[in-house]
Amino acid sequence: MDLLDILLEPLSYDFMVRAILTTALAAIVCAVLSCWLVLIGWSLMGDAVSHAVLPGVVLAYIVGAPFALGALVFALIAVTLIGVVRNTSRVKEDAAIGIVFTSLFALGLVLISVTPSQTDLNHIIFGNLLGVSIPDLIQVLVLGVVAFAILILKRRDLTLYAFDPTHAHAIGLSPKRLGALLLGLLALTSVVALQTVGVVLVVAMLIIPGATAYLLTDRFSRMLVIAPTVSAVSSIAGIYFSYYLDTASGAMVVLTQGAVFAVVYLFSPRQGLIGTRLAKARRRKAAALAV
Amino acid sequence: MSASATHRRATAEPAAPHPAILVDNVTVHYGEVLALDAASLSLDHARICGLIGMNGSGKSTLFKAIMGMIKPDAGRVLIDGKPPSKARKEGGIGYVPQSEDVDWQFPLSVRDVVMMGRYGHQGFTRRPSKLDRAAVDDALERVELAEFAGRQIGQLSGGQKKRAFVARGIAQGATMMLLDEPFAGVDKRSEATITRLLRELAADGCTILISTHDLHALPQLCDEAVLLMRKVLMHGPPEVVLQPENLAMAFGLDVLNRDIPDPDVPRRAVSKQQGRS
Repeated sequence: MDLLDILLEPLSYDFMVRAILTTALAAIVCAVLSCWLVLIGWSLMGDAVSHAVLPGVVLAYIVGAPFALGALVFALIAVTLIGVVRNTSRVKEDAAIGIVFTSLFALGLVLISVTPSQTDLNHIIFGNLLGVSIPDLIQVLVLGVVAFAILILKRRDLTLYAFDPTHAHAIGLSPKRLGALLLGLLALTSVVALQTVGVVLVVAMLIIPGATAYLLTDRFSRMLVIAPTVSAVSSIAGIYFSYYLDTASGAMVVLTQGAVFAVVYLFSPRQGLIGTRLAKARRRKAAALAV
Repeated sequence: MSASATHRRATAEPAAPHPAILVDNVTVHYGEVLALDAASLSLDHARICGLIGMNGSGKSTLFKAIMGMIKPDAGRVLIDGKPPSKARKEGGIGYVPQSEDVDWQFPLSVRDVVMMGRYGHQGFTRRPSKLDRAAVDDALERVELAEFAGRQIGQLSGGQKKRAFVARGIAQGATMMLLDEPFAGVDKRSEATITRLLRELAADGCTILISTHDLHALPQLCDEAVLLMRKVLMHGPPEVVLQPENLAMAFGLDVLNRDIPDPDVPRRAVSKQQGRS
């Protein structure tokens, strides 16, 4: 079997084609958003929001409303509760985040346990990449495109917000509104990624690509290209691995992204643990030869 | 309508009737803590003013009040006769943050940061026009950072970092600049460069307010100085404000008798202040 066969064989199944399309889409949108999350230091917030949307998604399922709507409402509830607990008690922010998101996640699990069609909803937790239906794909496509478009159109404002909110305020923009926009997009994007890797692992797709790209470049504009590219390629590779190794697909996607991060962490020419040393040794050798 | 027309005519006259910055009896609390206590300050156009006070004296709070980031519990702030929100929208307020408040690892080039000064002039997506690029180039030229435009901001020296943010204010077209500790972590030569640059900006009509610990740089740089200790204790020419007995008042300790350790020092300093007033 040559390489082309290896790549083409899974595509003869419709469910694999849908899985790959969904994954690529989710990987790209999550990766773009992750560039801001890792720079602002919102990884924990990403974790929190992506878990806290669960009850919203379950309730939306029960009443037949769009998942995104339920997710947005509960993302808002989570962020508000975190703010309230942090500001009105002596509990620090990380503890407030931990309390709020685990409680809301647990509420989601309870709601799933009392909802008749349990099997469907369990997929929200671990993802159901190989069972993506056409309507699922359309929903992911619509949400993904909307989130992606807003992120790209407002990228300069969001970067300013991440870098220097005081300056944003000084020139008449509203840091509060920009922060709220980013949180709303985080909720939308979580819904997109639910389908692929499930609630538990969404945070991986929201952090790893941005962190990987950050180790590879000193330009934010390049991060916005590197992160989605690396994320899409490694996620699709993850699906192929899961196909041939017969392992859990969502988990395999995350594992592949983690492995790519590890390689970059070690060998990145600018920031890598080994990469920088190799570059230094090469320079030394070149200098020795010149003498 | 007629009122605003009058106002516009008034500001167009050479001697502007409004001070560049007017802080009028501003009081700010953070919960129980009193940060500013009926502080008042009036600063004329094209002046450079040094704001002196120890940590917790309310320097940052005063900056925030001037930028409208916090609403005073009492009193008001006017920028060129206008409320801060209006001044912000017009792009008049430039801000140079202190070094600790900046993420120097952030993947932006010097040019990217200076371009952020133009965002208020740009459309929905902040796509830079030819005019914006020209303004950024001019600003970089002016602070002598043109050759470093492509560098990641963390790869500049302490003084160059400050100049990059001043360039952002220049590109913005700010008529007023607030600088928070501009000389912290800056070597002597860069300090002189920054001083010259700020003097040039003031000569062009920019009003500059500088919060600083670095007292020896003030006389060459500032037209006036303000001693802050939750309220404005003194406002005058730097050589007067910087007299040791005046500084002692602002720093809450007796700098003249510093070699005598005494638990009552703060109290004595207060009584001294009362004696003076």
